[in-house]
Amino acid sequence: MQYMCLIYSTEGTGPQPGTDDWGPFMQGYMDFTQQVKDEGKFIAGDALQPVATATTLAIRDGKTETVDGPFAETKEQLGGYYLLDCVYLDEALKYDAMIPTAEHGRIEVRPIIVFDA
Amino acid sequence: MPAQPPVDSGATIERLIREDWGRILAALARGLGDLQLAEDSLQDAIETAMLHWRRNGLPRAPDAWLLTTARRRAIDQIRRRANLAAKLPDLAYLSALEAADAADAAAPDGVAGPVPDKRLEMIFTCCHPALEEKTRIALTLRTLGGLTTEEIAAAFLDKPGAMGQRLTRAKTKIAKAGIPYKIPEPEDLGERLDGVMRVIYLIFNEGYRANAGDALTRVELSDEAIRLARIMVGLLPKEAELRGLLALLLLHDARRHTREDGSGGFVPLEHQDRKRWDRGRIGEGRSALIGLPLNGPYQIQAAISAQHVAAAAWADTDWPAISRLYAQLEQHEPNPVVRINRAVALTYTGDLAAASALLGKVAGAGGIETYQPFYVARSLLWRRQGNRAKAMADLDRAIELTRSPPERRFLIAKRTDLLRN
Repeated sequence: MQYMCLIYSTEGTGPQPGTDDWGPFMQGYMDFTQQVKDEGKFIAGDALQPVATATTLAIRDGKTETVDGPFAETKEQLGGYYLLDCVYLDEALKYDAMIPTAEHGRIEVRPIIVFDA
Repeated sequence: MPAQPPVDSGATIERLIREDWGRILAALARGLGDLQLAEDSLQDAIETAMLHWRRNGLPRAPDAWLLTTARRRAIDQIRRRANLAAKLPDLAYLSALEAADAADAAAPDGVAGPVPDKRLEMIFTCCHPALEEKTRIALTLRTLGGLTTEEIAAAFLDKPGAMGQRLTRAKTKIAKAGIPYKIPEPEDLGERLDGVMRVIYLIFNEGYRANAGDALTRVELSDEAIRLARIMVGLLPKEAELRGLLALLLLHDARRHTREDGSGGFVPLEHQDRKRWDRGRIGEGRSALIGLPLNGPYQIQAAISAQHVAAAAWADTDWPAISRLYAQLEQHEPNPVVRINRAVALTYTGDLAAASALLGKVAGAGGIETYQPFYVARSLLWRRQGNRAKAMADLDRAIELTRSPPERRFLIAKRTDLLRN
């Protein structure tokens, strides 16, 4: 199964660029990415620009409405994701526990729907 | 399996089905990978069985008969679905199922051999940490225990509709999120088993904390928890904590009938009629404890309970042994609840200084000002120390914090006693 692992945290919390914690934190991400690639679990993964760059779109009554900002103003914001190929939820949760942001943020795991051709 | 005598009563069939429900459902669900479909198919098979068996007597192996019949129902269902929306995964299921069914058909009387026992896989699925705790309990009762949605709703004082939705959501999540039907990896087994034991313990507690109005359903929950614990011990006989849990439930349950007087009043251990304790339960509980290393909280709590039931009278209670066991329990669970119990045991041994030191430590804990057992324990200690005024103040506070009417009456009686002596 494919699992979308959404990485949420409050922007400005956790290790920040220019601090001593930043290097090991980024190294943690590089190591994790390498590990899921080596173990054949990695499908995709990216970091997102801060939530200030978000635009939300909806079509209502045939008109496109755009809103400056994320869909919901919450403290914790989506900051990045991994798309992993795991046998079961248990395996996906095991990998998610290795994502560095799990230490101060949260990871939401959602299975991907696979549509048949 | 030996030949079964013909059945004349539906009750026999129902009991048989109830006993086999968890095992058949587990085998079916694992094959199907779809708990809802498994349940619906088994329910259908049972309805068919009720008709057939009452007329023709029991088949050679009723459980295998049910599994085969349920599997055929499932095949029909999947075929129907596949016709509607040529779904590939369903077709893959179907060929696996049809192979299993062909094997059944090749057997001498057209039914499968012994039903494989997949209940362990199933209970780990039902108690998966990705499900909410209440859902884990409900699902375990439904799948392993074979309780109906209505019975589970009644146990939780929920509406059947709401409980039905909760169960449906859980089954959907298991299927869609890929919660596996498998025994956890060895490195996760300990933690996951803790989760399963907690579910069984909570089921028991629901039953044990009997309230007058709903006593009946709750009593059945205690029995159900004991049944589940027995099944688990049978499946994992080397797990000491599991045996400790079973012993704990049996020893608690042995005293159940004596915790209440005829009019719904609460009877504390001190005043319980020990002759009415269930000797069968006590014997089974104590033998489950034999040879255990007492290296986990369930085992130690069971050992404490075993000390209580070993005393012929309240005055014969071996408090030094009990306070040592509580000290051991505190190593595993260093929380105020355990410390308060240990302080009470120490008070009864006469070591008032140690009890006082322990309660002093607890007094600083957050939320203690509304924790009734703390005031009951401290009141007892004050009384032993001869400080009647402080004993009275703590008892009053305890009464103020008690919501259950029988327990309130018990404490008020204690207060009257304190005033007199």
